[in-house]
Amino acid sequence: MKFPVPHDVKAKTIPGTEGWERMYPYQYQFVTDDPVRNQYEKETFWFYDGLHYPEPLYPFDTIWDEAWFLALSQYNNRIFMVPPVRGVDHRMINGYVYISPVPVKNPEEIGSRVPHFMERAGHYYKNWDALEAKWKVKMEATIRELEALQIPRLADMEDLSVVTDAIGESKGYHLLKNYDDLINLGIKCWQYHFEFLNLGYAAYVFFLDFAQKLFPSIPAQRVTQMISGIDVIMYQPDEELKKLAKKAIELGVDQAVSFSPEWTVVEAALKKLPKGIEWLTSLNLSREPWFQVSTGTGWFHHDRSWNDQMNVPLSGIQTYIEKIKQGVNIERPTEKVRAERDRITKEYRDLIEKDEDRKQFDELLGCAKTVFPYVENHLFYVEHWFHSVFWNKMRDVAAIMKEHGVIREIDDIWLLRRDEIKQALWDVVTAWATGVTPRGTQTWPKEIEWRKGVMQKFKEWNAPPAIGTAPEVIQEPFTIVLWGVTNKSLADWAAVQEVKDPDTITELKGFAGSPGVIEGLARVCRTVSEVGQLKQGEILVAPTTSPSWAPAFAKIGACITDVGGVMSHAAIVCREYGMPAVVGTGHATKIIRTGMKLRVDGSTGAVTIAR
Amino acid sequence: MGSVTDAFGAGPADRMSAGPPELCWFEECRKESVPLVGGKCSSLGELINAGVRVPPGFALTTEGYRRFMAETGMDRAVRSLLRDVDVADLDALERSSAQIRARIESQDFSTELEDGIAECYRKLGVRCCIPALPVAVRSSATTEDLPGASFAGQQDTFLWIRGVDDVLCHMRRCISSLYTGRAIAYRANRGFGEAQLAISVGVQKMANSFTAGVMFTLHPGNGDRSVIVIDSNFGFGESVVSGEVTPDHFVVNKITLDIIDRKISQKELCYTVDPVTQTSRAMEVPFERQRVQSLIDDEITELAWMGKQIEKHYGCPMDIEWAVDKDLPAGGNIFILQARPETVWSAKRQAAAAAGGGSAMDYILSGFLSGKKVG
Repeated sequence: MKFPVPHDVKAKTIPGTEGWERMYPYQYQFVTDDPVRNQYEKETFWFYDGLHYPEPLYPFDTIWDEAWFLALSQYNNRIFMVPPVRGVDHRMINGYVYISPVPVKNPEEIGSRVPHFMERAGHYYKNWDALEAKWKVKMEATIRELEALQIPRLADMEDLSVVTDAIGESKGYHLLKNYDDLINLGIKCWQYHFEFLNLGYAAYVFFLDFAQKLFPSIPAQRVTQMISGIDVIMYQPDEELKKLAKKAIELGVDQAVSFSPEWTVVEAALKKLPKGIEWLTSLNLSREPWFQVSTGTGWFHHDRSWNDQMNVPLSGIQTYIEKIKQGVNIERPTEKVRAERDRITKEYRDLIEKDEDRKQFDELLGCAKTVFPYVENHLFYVEHWFHSVFWNKMRDVAAIMKEHGVIREIDDIWLLRRDEIKQALWDVVTAWATGVTPRGTQTWPKEIEWRKGVMQKFKEWNAPPAIGTAPEVIQEPFTIVLWGVTNKSLADWAAVQEVKDPDTITELKGFAGSPGVIEGLARVCRTVSEVGQLKQGEILVAPTTSPSWAPAFAKIGACITDVGGVMSHAAIVCREYGMPAVVGTGHATKIIRTGMKLRVDGSTGAVTIAR
Repeated sequence: MGSVTDAFGAGPADRMSAGPPELCWFEECRKESVPLVGGKCSSLGELINAGVRVPPGFALTTEGYRRFMAETGMDRAVRSLLRDVDVADLDALERSSAQIRARIESQDFSTELEDGIAECYRKLGVRCCIPALPVAVRSSATTEDLPGASFAGQQDTFLWIRGVDDVLCHMRRCISSLYTGRAIAYRANRGFGEAQLAISVGVQKMANSFTAGVMFTLHPGNGDRSVIVIDSNFGFGESVVSGEVTPDHFVVNKITLDIIDRKISQKELCYTVDPVTQTSRAMEVPFERQRVQSLIDDEITELAWMGKQIEKHYGCPMDIEWAVDKDLPAGGNIFILQARPETVWSAKRQAAAAAGGGSAMDYILSGFLSGKKVG
């Protein structure tokens, strides 16, 4: 399969963005001045990581891409010694991230890695539960450290205690140091993120692989169904909303809670009622940490948490209050899901003819079930809880930069690389210490304005799904399970390049995320703040979903996403609710418009648009 | 289990008070009844008793066949005609075959047996509330339909037969089909003695198929036992079985019964009954219907469910012929016409998919090493 040459794609610079490369790390560029590297880049298969990045990356937000570039690769290649796989290489064009798994090519080297892999990965699989418990302790300590981290303002005169306690350090130094600490905590958190994830996904991928060997036609969703119904904390934020809805009715403050879509109005009203204060106390207990859940995936600075946007959880609570009053059961049908999971597992298992295959099936299923909670739970700890706190700490940094005039608005900070921010902070603290004006007050605002224009142009650019040369074999587990790189997806990607007029498309193909067929009207929601518009039974069409979208699932009849595989949030939640989902369609939000009549077949992954 | 007498009142069929019956209803047959009613009829009886909807009918048993051959002196005549035949001499073989078949087809059944068949046929018409009931008359050999010994296609099937005289005539033709040149040679080459030879003839209500076809309770392409594969076309199943059209193709998940794949083909031809001659004939499917799905989704699901029950009953993958009857309402209109164990994949000894060692770790390692092919 042939895809465009990366350097040709990059060479067509969008007018007005010339020089955009300086917004990102230099090693992310496709190059023409280094023949060896250039040749490697041409012969390599690069696919656009639309799963994580539906939009071009802001310079600062590149931090998490660099963090996982390092962490995923090191665990594959330097820690667990996965025999045929090194890391995943990264490049960027116009702010869009392209990635490529790097294989170990020499068979002798692969062989020499095998015993190390067996020993190292074996240790983790064997002691999974105990090591995971340790992980939780490390992770929570890291988050506490982050929460305690102060981003100090620079006072005109340092506090007297600096003298009387003989501290010997200034706030200027603390600002520089704590900014470094903030960044380092972020990188550390991502080290932990991947400690279990590669092995977790491997267990899942090869259970899927084995099931497909036994049953070539088994849909991936049926394999994931066999590990469904396991309690994971991803559902907890939503459970808290249900609890608060019930509590509001129990205390008789449900009308006050449902009084307005504005949290500040509702909060003021509740404070005047004695029972309202009791309810607010319950709410505060739920908020830490469950309202740290992000309204997006948590990967971007604009993904605010529920705590930052209380109207979002409020709307969820109001939906549940309404449902309870209508006599609708708001609990997830967990028992039903588990019974169906057990039935399906048993029926497939009974069809296995050989004892050794049945034993292997049991082993792999057991392993997949063991790793499943981590594969889900890490998201809450890292992408939601840690990131939500982190973004706000960065806003504290931005506030100081704004105060000293190197940026105009808080949100300007995201247009700078993290090393540029460090430079700017040096500029600020030395000028503050000296009593002069930072040089950056004249340079950064201009550069930031230009970058804003570049970002706008990047957003309008259509990133090709794949570039370079397609490989024959893929061994990297993430590539298969997360990004769904298969024969089929490659062919689909190749086909997408040929579509001219989106208004003539009547069928979209995605992954069969959750079974069932339903017809209904589309509601396109680009962000979670739009889910309030959803009407009962509508089909949600979203770029992707995350735990904070949970209340939407109580209303909809089916879900379609642009990005995600059968293990993505939308697919998992739909299976839990027993409603159809088609995920990873690539372009659903661009092609489907609100009000269109759709037929969603979650068993085959087809979406039909009635035109 | 009741006899013919219990179920449908005393009939001429029970003239023999002792010994095996000459005629019996399908519902009296079980899978153990192969020596008496052959593979096809015993399997239909087994299905009926398993609760599967099968068009009703009755069988001339092997006992009936033997008495017919003995009482009419036909067995001696056949033996003498075959005595000196050289099966390698195809012309001589065909001449003997033609002689034997002509004699069998012109030989009346005994009066008692003829009355018995007529009475069964009448009762069948009453049960179905259709006078001069159209039936399928087909041979049911004792060696046919069994895994590993397929005589399939060596005996005849006659569809859309009406009136007792035609039924009798075609039953004789089924018997005579034992003596085609090919069948004689086949038996001679395998050392299968003519004395052991027996045949049963089934007479079954014709399903007035709106749609019909075949169903495998595994994937015929890759042996996947977790799916049911259905091929269907409008009209009788002949067009699907014979391969004259590319049928619609559905793959159903056996465990969850959802349709995981479908291919709707252009079906240019189907078999349907000619209202004048009351025979089955090929006709062109009207152009606007050629690309219409020949089974609705609910029917596909119900059919697959039936297939799953049949497989469960037999304990092995099955090859099934089915029809949707246009005279009956939805919910009670899907019939199983035939079911036999699937033979191709069942005979293959497949390698285990498990990695040596059998632990999760062993498989994960071997999986990493082999990778996933793309491109």
